[in-house]
Amino acid sequence: MSATTAVNYEVIIGLEIHAQLNTQTKLFSSASNAFGNKPNSTVSPVCLGLPGALPVLNEAAVKKAILAGLALHCRINQTSIFSRKNYFYPDLPKGYQISQFDQPICGPGYLEISVSEQTKKIGITRIHMEEDAGKLVHQGAEGIAGATHSLVDLNRAGSPLIEIVSEPDIRSSKEAAIYMATIHELLVHIGVCNGNLEQGQLRCDANVSLRPVGTSTFGTRTEIKNLNSFRSVERAINSEIKRQTEVLSSGGIIVQETRNYDDMTQTTTSLRSKEDAHDYRYFPEPDLPPLVISDRVLAEVKATLPELPQVKRERYKTVLKLSKEVIKVLMGDIQIDHYFNKILHLNSAQKESVAAQDIAKWVVGDVNALLKENGQSFSQTLITPERLLELINMIQSGAISGKMAKSILPKLLTETTPLTAIIEADGGGQISDESALLDVISKILDNNSDVVLKIKNGKTQAAGFLMGQVMKETQGKAKPDLVRSLILAEVEKR
Amino acid sequence: MTNNQPNPYPSIRVLHEDLKNQRITSVELTQQSLQTIEATDSTLNAFLCQCKDSALQAAESHDVAFKRGDDVSPLAGIPIAIKDNINIKGVKTTCASQFLKSFVAPFNATVTSRLNQAGAVVVGKVNLDEFAMGSSTENSSFGVTKNPWDITKVSGGSSGGSAAAVASGQVIASLGSDTGGSIRQPASFCGVVGLKPTYGRVSRYGLVAFASSLDQIGPFTHTVEDAAYLLNAICGHDPNDATSSPQPVPDFTQALSKEIKGLKIAVPEELIGDAIDADIKQHVITALDLLKANGAMWETVSMPSFSASIPTYYIIAPAEASANLARFDGVRYTSRNQTAENLNDMIIQSRSDGFGEEVKRRIILGTFALSSGYYDAYYLKAQKSRTLIQNDFKRVYQDYDVIMSPTTPTTAFEIGAHHNDPLAMYNADLATIPANMAGVPAMSVPCGFSNGLPIGLQIFGHHFDEATVLRVGDAYQNLTDFHLKKLENQT
Repeated sequence: MSATTAVNYEVIIGLEIHAQLNTQTKLFSSASNAFGNKPNSTVSPVCLGLPGALPVLNEAAVKKAILAGLALHCRINQTSIFSRKNYFYPDLPKGYQISQFDQPICGPGYLEISVSEQTKKIGITRIHMEEDAGKLVHQGAEGIAGATHSLVDLNRAGSPLIEIVSEPDIRSSKEAAIYMATIHELLVHIGVCNGNLEQGQLRCDANVSLRPVGTSTFGTRTEIKNLNSFRSVERAINSEIKRQTEVLSSGGIIVQETRNYDDMTQTTTSLRSKEDAHDYRYFPEPDLPPLVISDRVLAEVKATLPELPQVKRERYKTVLKLSKEVIKVLMGDIQIDHYFNKILHLNSAQKESVAAQDIAKWVVGDVNALLKENGQSFSQTLITPERLLELINMIQSGAISGKMAKSILPKLLTETTPLTAIIEADGGGQISDESALLDVISKILDNNSDVVLKIKNGKTQAAGFLMGQVMKETQGKAKPDLVRSLILAEVEKR
Repeated sequence: MTNNQPNPYPSIRVLHEDLKNQRITSVELTQQSLQTIEATDSTLNAFLCQCKDSALQAAESHDVAFKRGDDVSPLAGIPIAIKDNINIKGVKTTCASQFLKSFVAPFNATVTSRLNQAGAVVVGKVNLDEFAMGSSTENSSFGVTKNPWDITKVSGGSSGGSAAAVASGQVIASLGSDTGGSIRQPASFCGVVGLKPTYGRVSRYGLVAFASSLDQIGPFTHTVEDAAYLLNAICGHDPNDATSSPQPVPDFTQALSKEIKGLKIAVPEELIGDAIDADIKQHVITALDLLKANGAMWETVSMPSFSASIPTYYIIAPAEASANLARFDGVRYTSRNQTAENLNDMIIQSRSDGFGEEVKRRIILGTFALSSGYYDAYYLKAQKSRTLIQNDFKRVYQDYDVIMSPTTPTTAFEIGAHHNDPLAMYNADLATIPANMAGVPAMSVPCGFSNGLPIGLQIFGHHFDEATVLRVGDAYQNLTDFHLKKLENQT
């Protein structure tokens, strides 16, 4: 074949993200929505699809869906409809999934993502609510292939999900990964999703197509199912771009189909073509009246919308002047972030006696490391925000040194006695009593008259040696800046 | 015609007085019921299972309460039967299907809990067309229920067992379910009262769904007054059913003033025309004239949408059923085909083995109506047609208190008569379907006999106005004695 001009393709990507809402109970029953229980233990007649069972909508899930919609600048549809999506599979006990179809709870919105320091707006088409399916546990083999039989665990059946559908506004695999990570951060920070990727609490389907650069019609797309990490989204899309480019460049055509991604081989394989696609026979769920959201409920939910992560990040950077590294840790772990903000709040009630950077340094540094080491969580530890702030305040006032605070900190994991008692038991606080220090200093100046002379002759840096002697004598409890000024004053007198 | 004959079917009010004054015990009533079942059911086949031990146990505890002089509900100690598509915890719910022949319900339907609360004694579960799909009980996997008035005739359906059990005196009352006439048509065929309440009036929780937007549970009794007692016990909002209504619930027995002066009755031309047997039409007109003679007025009205009610119903009901019955897949509580070698075949084979012919017919019909490319032409169009039926009711109810018609176009037909003609069978629901389409309450009351077979008068009411329906029905029974006629072939 003669060489033809290589065509450059533009990549068009749209993502559908499924996020599990962190409600106490399931979407349509009072069964627990907790993860990790004994198989088939968090189930009710409704989740089991028993004859005669009926769904009743969980109001808390609706409120979380609205919150997600508000955070993504979506129109909230005050009347929405649940529909039945019909298909047979053993993890779907009713033979249909209750979902939303043509009248979802949230209409168009958008999300701003940050790509190489540039802000890019990605359109959100819709958000709808639906119930999750159960899980098949294949026996005798890793997957369904080769298995002797499969067990059904319906603990997850009926868990509340929102599906966030993006516009085809994403133009690279990297953007897709950033979009997914930004959605993840957003949902976790507004408190609607716990965001545990290993537990499948956020999963994503990617629609990918190519078109020659400069054209405006979309090419045929394929859908890659069930990507459950930012990295796998990026890799899966890369491999699909490569595959589609090869097909198109060799004169082939892309078949509209659903594809599977294998992270081991980093390739996608065909799952089913459009012709084999299910006819889900959606129709309005007759067991549930239309979902009507009153103005009052909408206003109520609006009032609970917390600071959005992008705003928070900006505040950390420009108002609190936190370092990039500290911000990254805080934004990456909602527990640390909550803890940090709790202390900020307490501190502001105490006229902001401590700088936010100092608080952040302790939280992200020593406390974080200590809790990790001891397997404790920020929400449960005895080092409460109140306790840590008290400790930081004592450093600030000079009652103890930073070094002493660090040595006390591990004790706070288990002890609840007052800080002053703990410090006393540890050998007392910092010496900031001038007369006590002067006794020590006079003795040391007497024993080091040569150094005193050097200082008097202008070599003030020699004071460091004397300071070291004082610290040694006081077992490090002397307040360094006070020691220094006292030494200089005493030398002057001699 | 006056109400001075000895009543062969003691009313719940009378029985309650007798129980309270210990002229009879609940154990005696229950034993009578069980004996009547023993004597008649090998012929009638109304019961699919009996709960003798639990019934007698419950009866004994009620007798203790009566002896103590406790303040108990009017239903306490009264033997009743429940249609076998309504769950009783620990008892099989078969829906008259091979597929569910081993399914034991692990939870009570709300109506079951409420009847237990009221002290009713459940003696057993009664026959139906499989999954409540049919008009004759011939679609039961466990044999047809015969009509107590003539055992060569069907008892109607789908709640044929519920109607026959009350008509034959096996129980004082029973519960059925009505999706397109499944309470009223068998009530009419068997000469008893059958009430379908307003959609949302009675919780559907624990009723195995056929068509969720149409299904409603209701009572079978001999008298309208007894129906009011039953409705009192089972109705009202249920947090487990999102479609159950928070509407306030009156004491329906208080509505039975027997007053019908000035009552305005509309009679739809479409339900009194040529499709109706002439003798039935005559009896219904006689009934209307009797009410007129006692102060009511009646006139015919046109409700043109009714002519589309059967086709509309046979799109919407099967569409919903096709999804409702998808849970029966061989994976969990249903029987499973053991020869299938893969998942798809297991589901297909299990469903092929488990469901009867009529159920399969409706699943296929409903699946087709919802299919991509056909949805607009069938399901969506049927929904629009349903809206027209609702609008016709709204229009007529601006000027009338109730609508009346024959309950059925014919009296009970021969067993096997429509075996090869499902459409002829579907026509049996001509007059009953509109009430389900609009969600309004409707009741069938005995209004005469044609060739020895009972005829039913249907009374439709406004939404949530069962009180008027019951008042009119009670007034009519006060003027007539059709409901007191004793079966001649009774043992």
